[in-house]
Amino acid sequence: MATPTTAASGAPVIEVRDLVTHYGTRRILHGVSLRVEPGEIMVIMGGSGSGKSTLLRHLLALEHATSGTIELLGEDLGTLSEAGLYELYKKIGVAFQGGALFSSMTVGENIQLPLREHTKLDAETMRIMLRLKLEIVNLAGFESLMPSELSGGMIKRAAFARAIIMDPGVLFCDEPSAGLDPVVSAALDELILRLRDALDMTIVVVTHELDSAFRIADRITVLDRGEILMTGTVDEVRHCDDARVQNLLNRRFEVEELDPDAYLTRLTEEVPEQ
Amino acid sequence: MPGPSDPGNPFLRVVEGVGRGTVRGVESVGFGANLLSQSVYWLFLGRRRHQPVRAAPVFAEMMQVGIGAVPIVSMLSLTIGVMLAIQGIDALEPFGAEHQVVIGVALSVTREFAPLITGILVAGRSGSALAARLGTMTISSEIDALKVMGVNPVRFLVVPSLIAMIVMLPALTLWSDLLALLGAGLFVSAELGMTMAAYVDQTLRYLDAEDVMHGLTKSAIFAVLITLIGVANGSAVSGGAEGVGRVTTRSVVQAITAIVLTDMLFVFATTR
Repeated sequence: MATPTTAASGAPVIEVRDLVTHYGTRRILHGVSLRVEPGEIMVIMGGSGSGKSTLLRHLLALEHATSGTIELLGEDLGTLSEAGLYELYKKIGVAFQGGALFSSMTVGENIQLPLREHTKLDAETMRIMLRLKLEIVNLAGFESLMPSELSGGMIKRAAFARAIIMDPGVLFCDEPSAGLDPVVSAALDELILRLRDALDMTIVVVTHELDSAFRIADRITVLDRGEILMTGTVDEVRHCDDARVQNLLNRRFEVEELDPDAYLTRLTEEVPEQ
Repeated sequence: MPGPSDPGNPFLRVVEGVGRGTVRGVESVGFGANLLSQSVYWLFLGRRRHQPVRAAPVFAEMMQVGIGAVPIVSMLSLTIGVMLAIQGIDALEPFGAEHQVVIGVALSVTREFAPLITGILVAGRSGSALAARLGTMTISSEIDALKVMGVNPVRFLVVPSLIAMIVMLPALTLWSDLLALLGAGLFVSAELGMTMAAYVDQTLRYLDAEDVMHGLTKSAIFAVLITLIGVANGSAVSGGAEGVGRVTTRSVVQAITAIVLTDMLFVFATTR
């Protein structure tokens, strides 16, 4: 388990207020509010369909909210111009679930891409920075391989290296341990802790893995069916009395009461054409 | 969105289907126009926004779209030249006007066959590749990854393809003109006993620069259409690998349809 670092000092890195979002006509998030403090590892935890990936996409301004506000590094994402948004993106790093490495580029080219696009550094400096980050993620010597030649865990680590190449203040990780065996997954958790300590980053991790969440989190936000059930430290979450939180922690699923009429309607209704 | 019509009424269903199709069509045209305007914006103002369009990817695309297509364009053009010469001589023989085949071939190659065949070939070869590439990148979050890295995807992916296509498609068309005329010349000189020098002389006499430009202008328009249709389909992908296959096929069909329709409209507007 991680030792909680200094929190609540200064302005929050992320502040979400009453976020409501829809996918088509379906409501996904029902008034979510969240604060992420500088230097902490905040884990957003929830099962499939809890809305955690949707929340992440909104934190990254990849979707438009129905209502509510999101402030990232003091900027209101709803009112920020496109140019402002692209400037803000230079200060954050994102490690996507599947890595999202560009398949036509080598690992090294992938990791160097933000440097090439946003800085005027010479090739030698960029190569040194690339190797520094490769060392951090334990991928030294793999820079000339193509992403298709890497294993799942290596792809995730390469994605981490790309996400931190610009030394961002905030790092977002989408399901870092999904699809990996427990050993590789534990190594990635270690990596996240090391990154926070070594590079003094604020890290937001979205995951459904309980073990991983308990290992790395300073604070955990538990999301279920588009609502935040609670936000607290690992101990607070473990000892929370809320039945839905405990269901999630103990891997129990809720059996919904069956309404016979609604069930019949679901079976027989026509699907409206999209 | 659920439709307002009675689902049991087949007539209303057809009307609704036509309506939805029309809305989708208008949406696609709007998307394409927006994409084109964004591409022009990033091309000219990207540097001011610290997001310049870089030369290396443009040249890489040019190699793939243009140079990579030279062998197949050459082969098809030569074949079409010979084919047109055979048909022309056969059609004109009853009138004893076989020698007029030169003007027929020269005009039909430069004004129609070269731009059309090259356009269709590039649509199948590079337009589909563009749709597949963008489709794959979309489903594997690579486009999102670009955005959150602060890199505009239109500037990074679309503009190099668009420039490469606008430069290389007319260049390939010009090459196709030459090869098709050469193919026809070889057959005509063998069949009618005309020397190559006489064939070239006649061709140059009949052919105006305007005829060649007519074909090249069309091919530049085809280039824009192929790129926009490829990008629009690629970025609208849904449903994994099967979805990528679907948008790739759709982009080829739509691009070829757009090429043929635009050709007709262009000829209608400029030739009458």
